[in-house]
Amino acid sequence: MSLWVDKHRPRDLMKLDFHKDQAIRLKNLVQQSDFPHLLVYGPSGAGKKTRIMCLLRELYGSGVERLRQETMNFTTPSNKKIEIMTVSSNYHIEVNPTDVGIHDRVVIMDLVKNIAQTHQIDSSGQREFKVVILNEVDDLTKDAQHALRRTMEKYVATCRLILIANSISRVIPAIKSRCLTIRVPAPTESEIASVLHIVCKKEGLSLPSDLAIRIAKCADRNLRRALLMCEACKVQQYPFTADQKVSEPDWQLFIRDTASMILSEQSPKKLGDVRQKLYELIIHGVPPDMIFAGLLKELVLNCDMSMKSKIASYAAKYEHRMRLGNKPIFHLEAFVAKFMAIYKKSLEECIGDMF
Amino acid sequence: MRHCNLHCVTTTKKKPPAPWVEKYRPKTIDDIVDQGEVVQVLRECLSGGDLPHLLFYGPPGTGKTSAILAAARQLFGDITRDRVLELNASDERGIQVVRDKVKAFAQLTVSSTRPDGRPCPPYKLVILDEADSMTNAAQAALRRTMERETRTTRFCLICNYVSRIIPPITSRCSKFRFKPLARDNVIKRLREICEAEGVDVGNGEILHQAVDTCEGDLRRALTALQCCQRLLGKITAEGLIEVTGLVPEKLVNEYLSVKNYSELERFIENFLKEAYSAFQLLDQLAMIVVNAGQLTNKQKCTLAVPLLWLTIIHNDQNISVEVSDNEVGAH
Repeated sequence: MSLWVDKHRPRDLMKLDFHKDQAIRLKNLVQQSDFPHLLVYGPSGAGKKTRIMCLLRELYGSGVERLRQETMNFTTPSNKKIEIMTVSSNYHIEVNPTDVGIHDRVVIMDLVKNIAQTHQIDSSGQREFKVVILNEVDDLTKDAQHALRRTMEKYVATCRLILIANSISRVIPAIKSRCLTIRVPAPTESEIASVLHIVCKKEGLSLPSDLAIRIAKCADRNLRRALLMCEACKVQQYPFTADQKVSEPDWQLFIRDTASMILSEQSPKKLGDVRQKLYELIIHGVPPDMIFAGLLKELVLNCDMSMKSKIASYAAKYEHRMRLGNKPIFHLEAFVAKFMAIYKKSLEECIGDMF
Repeated sequence: MRHCNLHCVTTTKKKPPAPWVEKYRPKTIDDIVDQGEVVQVLRECLSGGDLPHLLFYGPPGTGKTSAILAAARQLFGDITRDRVLELNASDERGIQVVRDKVKAFAQLTVSSTRPDGRPCPPYKLVILDEADSMTNAAQAALRRTMERETRTTRFCLICNYVSRIIPPITSRCSKFRFKPLARDNVIKRLREICEAEGVDVGNGEILHQAVDTCEGDLRRALTALQCCQRLLGKITAEGLIEVTGLVPEKLVNEYLSVKNYSELERFIENFLKEAYSAFQLLDQLAMIVVNAGQLTNKQKCTLAVPLLWLTIIHNDQNISVEVSDNEVGAH
């Protein structure tokens, strides 16, 4: 038995639940003989992957759903061996080049060229190009992105790229200008609620609309999360009740907890405790930029305007430094320490004013 | 002229319809939009003069690669493949490649006649596209090769930022700056292409907008037009904004009218979930600041500094946008 998220994933462009205009446009796009490179971007859980799989199905028929996993080996110029997992069908191949860290350029150069230089064996098939899907393009190094530029133009006859990113802020303009960019906004809360209703109906369950709305609110406009939460609710208690507890992701609670610790006391000793907490978050694989955003959101709650802006700008500064370096814990801790200093100073001033 | 025709035949033979950018890439140097001096020099050497080492630099989409490719094609005609080595950022270009591949290619001597007896220039051409992404070591390895093999080889380096090329290389080349294209010429060219493709552009208002959104980058404007045409079947103002990833003006104004922090938080949450680009927003804000009539120069300066800083650190979207708002709020 598979999860609801996979079981009820739409497989046809026309059956998508939201952004229907866009689906029609995509369908038109496929029906023209030509097909450009695509850059699909949107927040997670907005349905980027679903749309792409639908698009591929539209292009090649159901053959694209027969997937196989392979490990590919590459050698870097410095003779280091790296391997990367790929998921492929007869018509497309999907990779996540950021898996290999700073060596992603090698993967892009070798893989794309390999694919592009081999023609489809069965040329009587409908399309004469293959599709390469690259995930997390915004996290590619600048080198790797530059390597894509000319490759995209050169091999346009035999291979099309579909790039997936969370935001195009970090994609270099040269790539943007070579792709058809497709924005996939996150679904609104009411759209999520209606999807939840549809899924529950398919499962033969009855879902109170209050609960659907509450799940939608909790899910932060992320459809995948909403469906998982809904399924979790069902495991906890069925039949559903309208005031049932919706469990939040525990890392969110954990960050909130950490934030309140920082607010409760500002001392070197407390900083040590906070460090333990931060380590724990990092060990469990919570991305450090999310920790930053989460902490900032909680910490500024009871500050005045000028302090808020000051703290936000420090957060931005340390977050930026974190991206330049590679040990997130230093920068997280530096931010926490800075916050403690600012906060304590303002508290003391407050008390000083009172007397 | 004959070679040019030959080339046209081969492109139409290829089955997949090429993107407009490739399809309408200038075939001869006379097709290049603007860039008078460069075209002048290239024309000179086409009519028998000697070709110096070249260094082309300038913003993207101004015709650097097109110029040299067109020139190479006119110089060498059907033997282009043997005489030109084109390397770009997608090829391995470390110091090893410069030492082996480039050097080996440069050392070959070539005759001044073609296989069929007609004369042709007695040198080869090495095009190093996107040269600013070469390492300094690799560039340094080029120096001596460039000098020693001048008899048989000319180099053409293409880059966006001339400051990333080491001085010993720049001093060996004649430098040409490719200016951002003049507005009228871009529009003229776009109109020609649209007519050739049978696309309706109305009175040309839409072309003006395309140029506005693309800041003198002809390639970007052309891609935007084609994407729009493909996606919507016609070219509209909204479509252009969507395919270029611009932030709609309505949202920018909403951002500027934000009053307090909680409103701001809500706005940003929504902004990011709608998947707009924070970097783009900052870019557009910078334009607004520069064009704002009611501000004095000094005020503009004070606003521009944090915006610049934020553009550099735009990595973290969420937070940086919040900061910039305070600055804008200050005026």
